[in-house]
Amino acid sequence: MTVVEKLAEEAEPKTRRRADRERFRPSTLLWLTPATAILAGLFLVPIGYAIYLGFTNLQLLGPHAQSYNFTGLSNFDRMVHDAQFWSSVRLTLIFVIASGIIAQTFFGMALALLAQRAFAAIRMSVGAIVIMAWVLPEIACAFLWYSFSQSGGLLSHLIGRPGDDLLSTAPFLIVCLANVWRGTAFSMLILSAGLRAVPAEVDEAAQLEGASYLRRLFRVTLPIIRPTILVNMLLITIGTIGDFTLIYAMTQGGPGTSTSILPVFMYIEAFTYNALGYGTAIALALMVIGFLISVVYIHQLRPELRRGQ
Amino acid sequence: MSTLETFAQSGDLLDKPEVLTIPPSFRGTRNKIIVSFIHMVLGIVFLLPMVWVVDAAFSAHASGSLTRPSFTLVNFRAAMSLGAGRAIENSLYLAIVSTVVATFVSVLAAYALSRRRVPLKGSFLVATLMLSGLPITLLLIPIYFLYVRLGWLNSPFYTSLALAASSVPFTIWLLKNFFDQVPKELEEAAAIEGAGGVRILWRVVVPLATPGILVASIITFINSWGSFLLPLVLDANPSNTPAAIGIYSNIVANSQVSYGPLAAYAILFSLPVMLLYLLSTRWLHGGFSFAGGVKG
Repeated sequence: MTVVEKLAEEAEPKTRRRADRERFRPSTLLWLTPATAILAGLFLVPIGYAIYLGFTNLQLLGPHAQSYNFTGLSNFDRMVHDAQFWSSVRLTLIFVIASGIIAQTFFGMALALLAQRAFAAIRMSVGAIVIMAWVLPEIACAFLWYSFSQSGGLLSHLIGRPGDDLLSTAPFLIVCLANVWRGTAFSMLILSAGLRAVPAEVDEAAQLEGASYLRRLFRVTLPIIRPTILVNMLLITIGTIGDFTLIYAMTQGGPGTSTSILPVFMYIEAFTYNALGYGTAIALALMVIGFLISVVYIHQLRPELRRGQ
Repeated sequence: MSTLETFAQSGDLLDKPEVLTIPPSFRGTRNKIIVSFIHMVLGIVFLLPMVWVVDAAFSAHASGSLTRPSFTLVNFRAAMSLGAGRAIENSLYLAIVSTVVATFVSVLAAYALSRRRVPLKGSFLVATLMLSGLPITLLLIPIYFLYVRLGWLNSPFYTSLALAASSVPFTIWLLKNFFDQVPKELEEAAAIEGAGGVRILWRVVVPLATPGILVASIITFINSWGSFLLPLVLDANPSNTPAAIGIYSNIVANSQVSYGPLAAYAILFSLPVMLLYLLSTRWLHGGFSFAGGVKG
């Protein structure tokens, strides 16, 4: 094809359609309309609204409930100087990184590796138990761990201090444990799938060379499934950063503000203290944090993505 | 591969023949027992909270710790008097309506995205992928504000619509990938016979893709059934309260939590989704074989 012909084709796409390619039919739009309407109405419009409301003094009740106005950066100014906001950011990061990324990946990996070599009956029953904890509705999980850690609860008995109300003495630790308990199954499933995809020959070759199990694990298996581990961490981050139900149902962010991660802080500011505008600004900050963490992962995944192309 | 090459070149591995002198079967069995034991201990740690909830639900003197179960149903009766029956009906309404809406909308969109030529298809798919990772918590206040403006608050139907929306990005992705696997030849055959688009979708594609559609709808159902924050904010009418909020308000209502009835309540609330999960994994493993329909 000469350059002229190519240009002609680009200039007149309508007259030079290829017969073997699917053509755009206007009726297709009808098929997409309901989904587009729902996505636009309940995602795009709210996202736009969020960006706008974050810059207003909208209130749930009171003088600025009806006649709110644009207040520029005052919400963000308040946020930067709000000690409670920064303590929430710190709690959110600990919650996401420690009880989410680190603990869930560690236990998920441990369970996946143990399952590879354990007896089939134990492998299957332990797998089922861990998955049950994950399928259990979040509110039921919150209730279980709430009762568990009350004074006279099973957990208090197990650590030998039956009189302690652990949700008062170590509230953040308990909500983190509950989150690990609930989320580990997901990592276990993803990492098991990753481990199954590792060719057995590679491990056998290293074994014949006399490499110990730990050496094979750290030098062969884990490097091979590195992309799976990173994707798993990204998914945990996305799933944990917006988590509200578990903590709110167990502690309502308390005692005081000791378990008030950003989504809980946002909810309390917006619906308890009526500051919808400020609450939205907090949600925007949370979105930025989530975005930044995702960028780190995607940066880490770049070599794998490039190789995949 | 580079990691492996460096690994193979590290020469210190070659002079360790003692590994081969130990009978492999003995080593294997001993290791297997140790590994299985550790695995079992971890499993028991994970099991403990669930042992507690079952024990408390069937015990007349339930507490935060383990008691001797008395196999009484008195806690289940008490749970019903806490309003569990009505609340579970409300959960069922939210879950069914949102599942029907989300599945219907996603099937149409996913099919068009899988088969038809759509302008800006790539951008649309990337947008849905990004939205499926966006926690709905972040959009809570604008959605609430929108509902105030539209007068949609305190309506189970519109609450279901918000729940459906939170699932749609993910189900579109799931179903699009699923439809991509259904062979086109069957649809082409139906088109030659003169069937229209809707008829092909309904009579050819949907029956073939039933397992995928079921899995997508079960995921939506489980999400909506357990949803807490959206109904909490969007529907303040006590007679519309779903079970997730019912359990929560019973935890915070009294300083002394009634463990037995609430444990029974939690079990009544959790059983349906656990059964659904089991069913969906069976469908997933049931094998999606489209091979039989096409020759050559």
